Amino acid sequence: MLNKEFIFKRVAFLSATLILFILIGIFTMLFLQAKPAMQKYGAHFLVEKSWNKTITIKDTNPPKVTKVVKKKKETSASDNDDALFSDDTPVLPGDNEDMQSDDTNAAPVKTDTIFGGYIPIVGTILSSLIAMVFALPLALGIAIFLSEIAPGFLIKPVGISIELLAAIPSIIYGMWGLFYFAPIVQNIFGGSQISLLTAGLVLGVMILPFMAAITRDSMNTTPDVLKESAYALGATKFEVVKDVIFPYAKVGIIGSIILSLGRALGETMAVAFLIGSVFKLPLKLTDPTVSIPVVLANNFGEANDLMMSSLYYLALILFVFSFFVIGFAKFYFLKGRR
Amino acid sequence: MREKRLLLNKIILLLSTLSAIAGMLFLAWILITLFLKGIGSISLSVFTKDLVNGGLKNLIFGQFVMAGLATLIGVPLGVMAGIYLREYGRGRYVNLIRDLSDIMMSAPSIVIGAFVFAFMVVPMGGINGWAGAVALAIMLVPIVVSTTDNMLSLVPKELREAGIALGGGKYRVILDIILRAAKVGLMTGILLAFARIIGETAPLLFTSGTNSFWTTNLNDAFPSLTVSIYNLANFPTDKARDLAWAASFILTVIVLIINLLGRYIIRQRKRK
Amino acid sequence: MRKIASLVVAGSLVATSLVAADMVKGDGSSFILPVNQAWAKAYYKATGKKVQYNGGGSGKGIKDATKRLVDFGGTDAPLTPRAQKKHNMLQFPAIVGATVLAYNLPGVESGALKLTDKAIVAIAEGKVKYWDNPMLKAVNENIKLPHKKIVFARRSDASGTTWNFTYFLSSVSKEWRKHYGVKKTINWSCNNVGGKGNPGVSSIIKQTPYSIGYIEYAYALESHAKVATVENRDGYFVKPNMETFKAAAAGADFDPKKGFYTVIGYPKGKNSYPLVASTFIIMPKEKVDADKKITAFYAWAFDKGAKIAADLKYVPLPKSVTDKIKQYWKDNGVY
Repeated sequence: MLNKEFIFKRVAFLSATLILFILIGIFTMLFLQAKPAMQKYGAHFLVEKSWNKTITIKDTNPPKVTKVVKKKKETSASDNDDALFSDDTPVLPGDNEDMQSDDTNAAPVKTDTIFGGYIPIVGTILSSLIAMVFALPLALGIAIFLSEIAPGFLIKPVGISIELLAAIPSIIYGMWGLFYFAPIVQNIFGGSQISLLTAGLVLGVMILPFMAAITRDSMNTTPDVLKESAYALGATKFEVVKDVIFPYAKVGIIGSIILSLGRALGETMAVAFLIGSVFKLPLKLTDPTVSIPVVLANNFGEANDLMMSSLYYLALILFVFSFFVIGFAKFYFLKGRR
Repeated sequence: MREKRLLLNKIILLLSTLSAIAGMLFLAWILITLFLKGIGSISLSVFTKDLVNGGLKNLIFGQFVMAGLATLIGVPLGVMAGIYLREYGRGRYVNLIRDLSDIMMSAPSIVIGAFVFAFMVVPMGGINGWAGAVALAIMLVPIVVSTTDNMLSLVPKELREAGIALGGGKYRVILDIILRAAKVGLMTGILLAFARIIGETAPLLFTSGTNSFWTTNLNDAFPSLTVSIYNLANFPTDKARDLAWAASFILTVIVLIINLLGRYIIRQRKRK
Repeated sequence: MRKIASLVVAGSLVATSLVAADMVKGDGSSFILPVNQAWAKAYYKATGKKVQYNGGGSGKGIKDATKRLVDFGGTDAPLTPRAQKKHNMLQFPAIVGATVLAYNLPGVESGALKLTDKAIVAIAEGKVKYWDNPMLKAVNENIKLPHKKIVFARRSDASGTTWNFTYFLSSVSKEWRKHYGVKKTINWSCNNVGGKGNPGVSSIIKQTPYSIGYIEYAYALESHAKVATVENRDGYFVKPNMETFKAAAAGADFDPKKGFYTVIGYPKGKNSYPLVASTFIIMPKEKVDADKKITAFYAWAFDKGAKIAADLKYVPLPKSVTDKIKQYWKDNGVY
């Protein structure tokens, strides 16, 4: 009997520990895959705007060249690999048949490819912020409605409707957003249909139920006695909400905001349909751009080694950043709750 | 002065009510859109033919299989972990795992896909159904852990104490008494987790991809309803678009039914 | 009870998975995607054998095939003999198709828009920014071109279609060749929007007024896009259709000793459509069993799939070429 007890407890312990291992495993694997890009670009990756841009390296002093060749041995091997993937310049009509390269160049030209994550990082943050700004007033309103205004018989149906909104798969938001919501955004705001703004707004609709639910739960923790005393003093409903409930539930509400932000950062499918997939900094809100999940979804399939590593670098950045944002929200929650 | 306060109050209450209406409006808008665009393209052939012939049969099958496999993998793991957190562990380690698991619940699903790609797809030599199931399982586990943790915490202390008093070891108490008490909540939680992962696309994009043919071979690209919606939606032909809407409608119906089923079970149980 | 049922299902799935896959899978060029999928569907109906082909772009096809992640890759940018040797790949052409300039100009019918070859380069370079630019107006006197910004729809993924399109641009313009070259991915400087695969670009054109982009002809047909009449190498304006495609493909030189490496774009001929391209299938030399299934499929496509290809307005390879291909397969032990 002790044996079975021991085994059971062990299995339970291992299961719990496995979760820790999975998390560490994800982080480690992302890091290992991202390492080549991290070594090559360093922290500059975060502010570099070019993606997949080929530049020519000018050879200067011969000694320097050999040094550079030695250090960059690994990367230049993979660069040559890419060249063999038939980006060899073919013989064009009008060429001398023996010539394969441009006749104005005598010396061999070394090229290098630059990847930078600035634009997807900006797109990720901006789209999530737009989502938050759009969702916050609505979420607060819904929470107020459900906890303070709605008559008893309405609470359940309205509550369930909001929860069902959360259950709808992300790709459905993409479909609906692309064909029905985007044209309306364009009618109101002008610019492109698929843009940072459209993606941000639909993202907002997606995090809305989550934000509303947590806010409502936080509001419901306010002791009745506090509310009743305020009413007894002649406060209106709004004043009770503003001066009693919100201060009491402040921690939970702010936590819900940050948690929703964390969720929005990682959203892929809806944003992939709606943000435009144009690798440029948006000059205005209605410009198309990219976000990290979108770049991953678009390019993962066909990336060569350096691009793949850069994609993992982006994935690592996203993973770590979301981890900290969500962790911060939890910690903030924790401070107030437990 | 009082009028101003009353007016402000009325405005805020009105805005709040409008927010709630807006929320429900979005839901209705989406559902009605799906219904109108989807219902026209749904015929019997959609359920009897595979994608290669213009139907969705293999995709629906594949999506259920991978979600089901993920559940088979993830539920025992998640439940055992939840049991450890709630019944056995004490102190810092438990709190750490609990928090980490919670954080993982909101982790970006595409990053999980990228992880499984490097972890399984590349070593195995190609996209395959196993990798898709594992990616979904990774997403399922934290949800199940959280559900188990919460449901077990609702079991009253007296029940535990009574169980231990009867002798038989802690694990017997857990299996026979506590789990049974939490059974309904647990089932519902698992059902809702299943509904959540069956609608996922990003983790499957580069792990299992999709497949136009009927297949039961998990070693190959495995049919997926969600990934196919993504592909079909980007295809410029009307036929592809219509099929994408039909698939979206069916997917949403599946997810909503499972969700409502879960809530119904909870309601029934509460009635008891 | 539920648990037992699911265990049984899982068990049978595992069991069938242990059986070797009877399906060959490939990915890559979206240029060939419509005809490959049509062939696969008919092949399945005729023989019950499964060939699964996904898009993803020629770059992906090359990468996945050389990494042995798929059984075969489709690419419109052929591997040079050197690359074939390095990665131990077999290569053969499967079909000839055409790239069209599809446009979304309200009020202008399909074929009405005429583009000189220099105009196409100028649009791609971003030097011609508006539809009513004198360069365009010069040959389109009977159309009212609006003063609207041109939106250039191009590929966001590594694309053989882009490669063939830039081959054309490089042939026409030395400046383009020097600055951009013949590539699968380009850093476009014009006002552009990127789409994934031929389907993506096709969707953009369909949805964006005043846009123009380069797509394979089958996609233009399927999405009812308007296609431009284009100036060919000999200076004649030709419409994209089967006659001009066939005229263009007639002079193609497919040599099995080079692994059929050749680019058939920008051909001579009064009636030749200038933007034709061939899609190639590459497969790992050592995977003989899978290769045999692939050659069986394409042999069927060559012998019986000509009508299917022609319906989608691809130019099937003539018997002289397919005989060479079959001999190449035999010589390499995969037929």
